Amino acid sequence: MTPAIELLNVSKIYRRYGGRQFATLKSALLQRSILRTLRPSETFSALTDVSFTVPKGCTYGVIGPNGSGKSTALKLVAGITKPTTGTVRVEGRISALIELGAGFHPEISGRENVFINGIMLGLTKRQIHERFDEIVEFAELTEFIDAPVKTYSSGMYMRLGFAVAIHVDPDVLLVDEVLAVGDEAFTHKCLDKFSEFRRRGKTILLVTHSLGLVERFCDEALWLDAGVARSHGDPKRVVSEYLMSVEASEEHLMETTTARAVAAADEGVQPPPSEPDATRPPENMFHATEGRWGAREVEIVDVTLLDGDGKPGFIFHSGEPMSIQLKVRAAQPNDEVVFGIGIFSAEGVCCYGTNTFLEEMNPARLAGDAEATFAIEGLDLVEGTYKLDVAVHKRDGAPYDYHRLLYTFRVKSRTHDVGIYRPRHHWTFSPNLQFPAGRDDD
Amino acid sequence: MRYRGLIQSLVARDLKARYRGSVLGFFWSFVNPLLLLLVYSFVFSTVMPNTTVGIQPYALFMFCGILPWTWFTASLSEATNSLITGGNLIKKVLFPAEILPIVSVLANMVNFFLGLLILVPGLIYFHKLHLSFNLLWFPVTVLVQLVLTLALGLMLSALTVHFRDIRDLLFNILTLWFFATPIIYSWQQDNVRKYKHLFDLNPFTHLAISYQETLFYGPVGHWKWLLSLGAASVVLFLAGYWLFDRLRDSFAEAV
Repeated sequence: MTPAIELLNVSKIYRRYGGRQFATLKSALLQRSILRTLRPSETFSALTDVSFTVPKGCTYGVIGPNGSGKSTALKLVAGITKPTTGTVRVEGRISALIELGAGFHPEISGRENVFINGIMLGLTKRQIHERFDEIVEFAELTEFIDAPVKTYSSGMYMRLGFAVAIHVDPDVLLVDEVLAVGDEAFTHKCLDKFSEFRRRGKTILLVTHSLGLVERFCDEALWLDAGVARSHGDPKRVVSEYLMSVEASEEHLMETTTARAVAAADEGVQPPPSEPDATRPPENMFHATEGRWGAREVEIVDVTLLDGDGKPGFIFHSGEPMSIQLKVRAAQPNDEVVFGIGIFSAEGVCCYGTNTFLEEMNPARLAGDAEATFAIEGLDLVEGTYKLDVAVHKRDGAPYDYHRLLYTFRVKSRTHDVGIYRPRHHWTFSPNLQFPAGRDDD
Repeated sequence: MRYRGLIQSLVARDLKARYRGSVLGFFWSFVNPLLLLLVYSFVFSTVMPNTTVGIQPYALFMFCGILPWTWFTASLSEATNSLITGGNLIKKVLFPAEILPIVSVLANMVNFFLGLLILVPGLIYFHKLHLSFNLLWFPVTVLVQLVLTLALGLMLSALTVHFRDIRDLLFNILTLWFFATPIIYSWQQDNVRKYKHLFDLNPFTHLAISYQETLFYGPVGHWKWLLSLGAASVVLFLAGYWLFDRLRDSFAEAV
């Protein structure tokens, strides 16, 4: 089958518009080099050697973080910008749902704008006449169609733009993250319209952050990262590869956050500031911010979070094992040591707190280096960012070394449930409840 | 032309949108030139009557030049900005950019025709307008001006994307240009004839004279100049289009 869209070794280099763009018109004229001056001095490569083909009738998803070149790719396909090198070939009439209602004039009525916008997108007046009612109905603007567009809400504006663009009846539809334009009902309507397009064998190129949509909807997917095609093919595979990379970068973020917090707390502790802070906890523990205090008779020298395989990390999955490993060092042999742990949500809610004294484990003696590990069999927390308190202290609570909210970790989950704690659970149903067959739950 | 429908509806939109929300609406197209006329004829017939001796009625004479001039300047200043104000279209929609300056010129041409609706009754009243073949020069003059304005509009709009200073520069140049053109004074005055060669270099001189001859003075003696200007305008238009086309790809990024 002939491809509907074909990009071959496409690179797009933008020039950066810095302070000195053109010195003046005069200098450009004097050097007689307007065209030469227009050549970029500082450049930014939005796409580097990207190739992909979309067969006719295929729904193709493009994913990637912000600034990865997704929209540039779409603009190249739409023909709005030209590639710096490489070739872009598109077969058939294109309609681009890029900036909805871009051509709308605020002063004139919705009706007139529909006509002008339709003509801009390549329809004839008669074709618009034929489709007019359908367009207005789709946009749900029957009452307001004769009001000037400037009186529309942004949702109405987008809906009208979407309705016109989708009724152009293109062979190739380019969609850039526009499904967020309306309320739930409108989004469903749009998706239905896309499905109809697919059934009729039209080609759709979809740029989106909604990975679920790509998995559900696309036949193929492309993952762009910093202008480079990292992977393409089966959407499920591409999405999971992308998610893994996102996780890795989040992991890095957690690591730096934690490292910075620990470093800051370390600096703050010496020299010990005025009496209460350095050695004693703040008045109200639940309002305390991050920090570190204690006399350091016993010092926590290292805190490591480990996943089920014993690998250190900062990203954990809900329901999977996790352990917190404390390495401590006693300056002098000590016979009164309690290890404590507290887990806090990002809002500062204490999810769980315990210590060895409460659980009636009292080490008789600690000398030199030691390790204590708090192992969680299943991390039954909902998705979110959590902070950790760790401490060694006396039985009466007087701290040796208290690390307050210094460690950050993230729990990920494919279920978007809410709250803090996820009880181990399952659902059962009476047999007369039917579920669609073939839906594999992952 | 492929985009005729688009240009048509954009011109209509431009005109509609221009006066939407104002009380007088479309009448501003008449009121504006009338007010301008009032100011100039007060200055030149009452304050400084000596400069315009022998041109009667002066207001009518001046109107013949001022109407096309208004078309010219309004077109150029709007066309110059057109790519920047229409940036949304160029950046987000696959849109033939040259349409924007063209629409600016055409919308102002419609305004020019509306202005004629005031001029013509005046001409008839003062028996200046005679039905003769002479009048056939009028559409020719309009056509030459159209081509010239389009040529300049295309060039200026394309260059302004990269050199925003053109907008301010243009404003000053147009003011100067206005006084360098025999519109509020006649080219038949002696002290104008002295500098005939300089005036001949000004393309709008020939347009203004042609308008004044067709509508006010009678027989057209200036047609050689007019036709040469027409030929030059076509060349300029091609050059303007070439320049526009060369810079086209940079618009979406630079706007």
